[in-house]
Amino acid sequence: MVSTILIAIGVLFNLFGCIGLIRLPDVYNRLQSATKCGTLGTCSILAGALIHFGFMDAGIKALIAIPLLFFGATAAAHALVRGAYHFGVKLGDKSVKDDYKDIAK
Amino acid sequence: MDLLEILLYIQIALSASCLFRIIRGPSIADRMVAIDIFGVLVVGICAILSIISERGFILDIGIAWVMLSFIGTLTLAKYLSGKKLNE
Amino acid sequence: MRYLALFILTFLFWLLLTLDVSLVNLVVGAVVALITSLLFSKYFFDKGYKFLQLHRYFWLLVYIVILIWECIKANFDVAYRVLHPAMPIKPGIVKVKLNLQSDFARAMLANSITMTPGTIAVDIVGDDLYIHWIYVSSEDPEEYSQKIAGRFEKYIKKTFD
Repeated sequence: MVSTILIAIGVLFNLFGCIGLIRLPDVYNRLQSATKCGTLGTCSILAGALIHFGFMDAGIKALIAIPLLFFGATAAAHALVRGAYHFGVKLGDKSVKDDYKDIAK
Repeated sequence: MDLLEILLYIQIALSASCLFRIIRGPSIADRMVAIDIFGVLVVGICAILSIISERGFILDIGIAWVMLSFIGTLTLAKYLSGKKLNE
Repeated sequence: MRYLALFILTFLFWLLLTLDVSLVNLVVGAVVALITSLLFSKYFFDKGYKFLQLHRYFWLLVYIVILIWECIKANFDVAYRVLHPAMPIKPGIVKVKLNLQSDFARAMLANSITMTPGTIAVDIVGDDLYIHWIYVSSEDPEEYSQKIAGRFEKYIKKTFD
């Protein structure tokens, strides 16, 4: 029962992340919403799997996948935002400040 | 119908909505963000599927998918910033 | 020393992944962990003796609890901005000063900044950390440095630096 609740919370956060992916205006903001909600949502689903299987072999695998997913998603987000900036994707129209412009060249 | 199955179908529909951004995205970077998140959602699908079918080995597929999508995203990001792969 | 630290970490990871204590499995895992630690340890830990200082593990636990709490807060923040009809965003890239010395501590700080509400680390140049912020709420560098990095910096300094 607890595992079903955790999985429902995870799917809900994934839904917010996908709405943000479709609705927000530029690459950097989409990356913000997609990375945070996608990661915590999927981590919550994996925690549900861990509680359902218990600390047996399948549960341990879910436990291993959580830190892998966490650090993988953060490092991938960092690489993507840096790559997008060097590729020349402009910040959106609503942006107010850009300290990185002089360094990137 | 079981609640878990409904959640599984919702998760599959969410990853299909990422395909919208992959097809429509105005620049390459948008498409890569959507591909990255698509990989994360597929891991969620693997976890729910392993609970429904009571087979633990599907979680192995999830772990392999996490690592491969991470390496793929890093490689594509390197390509975006205009560098060779060994820099 | 640093070879030994990476060897123990990779061997533990192998054991958790397979959950099998037969002799063949142990030998294969030890050989693979040995090759991995010989090849890659020069990229990781520059001072291996830090693994023996036990007070670091206590601060690691505190840091993990704070990280999970900030991560949950980040999700509600993003959900509010996405679901609000007017989308209250005001994005920009700001510059934050770093106080940490070792490379590993800096990487951990960038990771935790990526997971906190509304911020993503873009790049590190020298001692400056560039951060994309979804709602730039102040113009004063001191104030937003405290707001973005100050929450984690003291714990990371005690744990990894």
